[in-house]
Amino acid sequence: MRGAIPILRVGPNLLTTVHVELDDNIADAFQQDVLQAIERTGAKGLVIDISSLDEVDTYVARVLADTGRMAGLMGARTVLVGMRPEVAATLVRMGYAMEGVETALDVDDGIALLAVRRSVAGAKDTA
Amino acid sequence: MTLRVESSAEYPIVREADVIDVRRRVRKLAQERGFDTFATAALTTGASELARNAWVHGGGGEARVEEVADGLRRGVRLTFRDRGPGIADIERVLAGGFSTIRSLGLGLSGTRRLVDEFEIDSSPGRGTVVVVTKWTRF
Ligand SMILES: Nc1ncnc2c1ncn2[C@@H]1O[C@H](COP(=O)(O)OP(=O)(O)OP(=O)(O)O)[C@@H](O)[C@H]1O
Ligand SMILES: [Mg+2]
Repeated sequence: MRGAIPILRVGPNLLTTVHVELDDNIADAFQQDVLQAIERTGAKGLVIDISSLDEVDTYVARVLADTGRMAGLMGARTVLVGMRPEVAATLVRMGYAMEGVETALDVDDGIALLAVRRSVAGAKDTA
Repeated sequence: MTLRVESSAEYPIVREADVIDVRRRVRKLAQERGFDTFATAALTTGASELARNAWVHGGGGEARVEEVADGLRRGVRLTFRDRGPGIADIERVLAGGFSTIRSLGLGLSGTRRLVDEFEIDSSPGRGTVVVVTKWTRF
């Protein structure tokens, strides 16, 4: 891992908490670390916890959405968790839709959502 | 009602780290000024958008951060100034969804929705000045 944001393996998923303010260098390192961790572990899910972010501007939102898309290309589904009430209200007021990213209240809900998605996908495979 | 400026400070925006620094200072001031958590997030996010625009599009500039009051209300006024290329079609940018960096183009239009007063002065070759004011409520 190269960057400041640690990535942990939790069962079939990766869990990462964005606890620092993102800038271009940190964002690049974070995305590369996530992708390499997916390759190394074969994780099928990625939970990004943003509960320690006081604000999410369009730059940070784009970094997070891009990370989810990159992980998706490698077969890992991303759930963004822990968004604070004031952050959600601010993004919506700005007209930001956060399209293409699934969200859940907290880490537990995010992991549960990934498990549901996996079992639905599994049922489709065997059907 | 006349606007009273109770404090004023200027910060340069020449590196990406300055964007984060300005945002932190605005957050601290909004909290000291009695903004609730929603209003604080709104103003701080707007500051972040405008500071980043000054850095990315304007090639750097400065931010002025002021505590203001108008007799009834207390608020914070932010002025972002750069001497970059300016904006040719302000209407189009303010409508939202226009970006020259293939981003979403929601920085300026979104910030306008987050604040109570929003003024922009920009034209090609003259740089850009954006002034926003927010009172203590979301
Ligand atoms: N200070 C500035 N100087 C010159 N051009 C600017 C400035 N601010 C904004 N612009 C122009 O207006 C466009 C829209 O700005 P806006 O902040 O809304 O979106 P963006 O910066 O492109 O993307 P994002 O949604 O990530 O902020 C920019 O792409 C740029 O062309
Ligand atoms: Mg912008």
